[in-house]
Amino acid sequence: MIRVAVQPGVIDVAAEYAAHDAGGYGASASFVGRVRGDDGLTELFLDHHPVLTASGLEALAGEAGARWSLGALTLIHRVGGMAPGETIVLVLASSAHRAEALAAVEFLIDRLKTDVMLWKRETFGDGRAAWVEQREGDHKRAERWG
Amino acid sequence: MSLKLSYFAWVRERMGTGEESVTLPDDVRTVADLILWLAARDDAGARAFAEPMRIRAAVDGHMAGPGAVVPRSGEVALFPPVTGG
Repeated sequence: MIRVAVQPGVIDVAAEYAAHDAGGYGASASFVGRVRGDDGLTELFLDHHPVLTASGLEALAGEAGARWSLGALTLIHRVGGMAPGETIVLVLASSAHRAEALAAVEFLIDRLKTDVMLWKRETFGDGRAAWVEQREGDHKRAERWG
Repeated sequence: MSLKLSYFAWVRERMGTGEESVTLPDDVRTVADLILWLAARDDAGARAFAEPMRIRAAVDGHMAGPGAVVPRSGEVALFPPVTGG
């Protein structure tokens, strides 16, 4: 089962995990990305494209499914405004064995940062707000996957 | 025939709108031409597109480089490098 979603609402990690794990596969790997409250950050806002953000995630999910033998894959990205501690992104991958599940999760989170139409804006307690710049290190990690 | 342009992140903020429809002059043929045309069109365009190297584009849903041909109808999205995850 592949589930891909772009949603403004809170990501219910427990519910998503329960739905994902229904197949009883040998190995499940996960990544949960949360908003950090560094430097007095009060809000993180994620801008997205109404169509292409979801299709970009779907394309990545399809690529992961072609590279590794996965029994189930869940890829959910939140958009809009969120507070420190809230979940931004959830990646779950299940396979018969651990290596494929772990590799698929790492691939998805790395490529997500460079290939999908999402933009972060940080707002701080003192009123400053700024769009996040892409990091060179993110490109290097994504390029490892070819 | 008109082309839909959509803007995201700080490009949207500097343009003051998320999308618009435009009729392109005949000499605007590529993504690079389009960015230069918008930068020269008005103050908002000058602010948003002062640094073409910082702009990425998608033509009808597919990532497109500066030399890609811009269609006369359809959608071109213009945005900064992505920062999701």
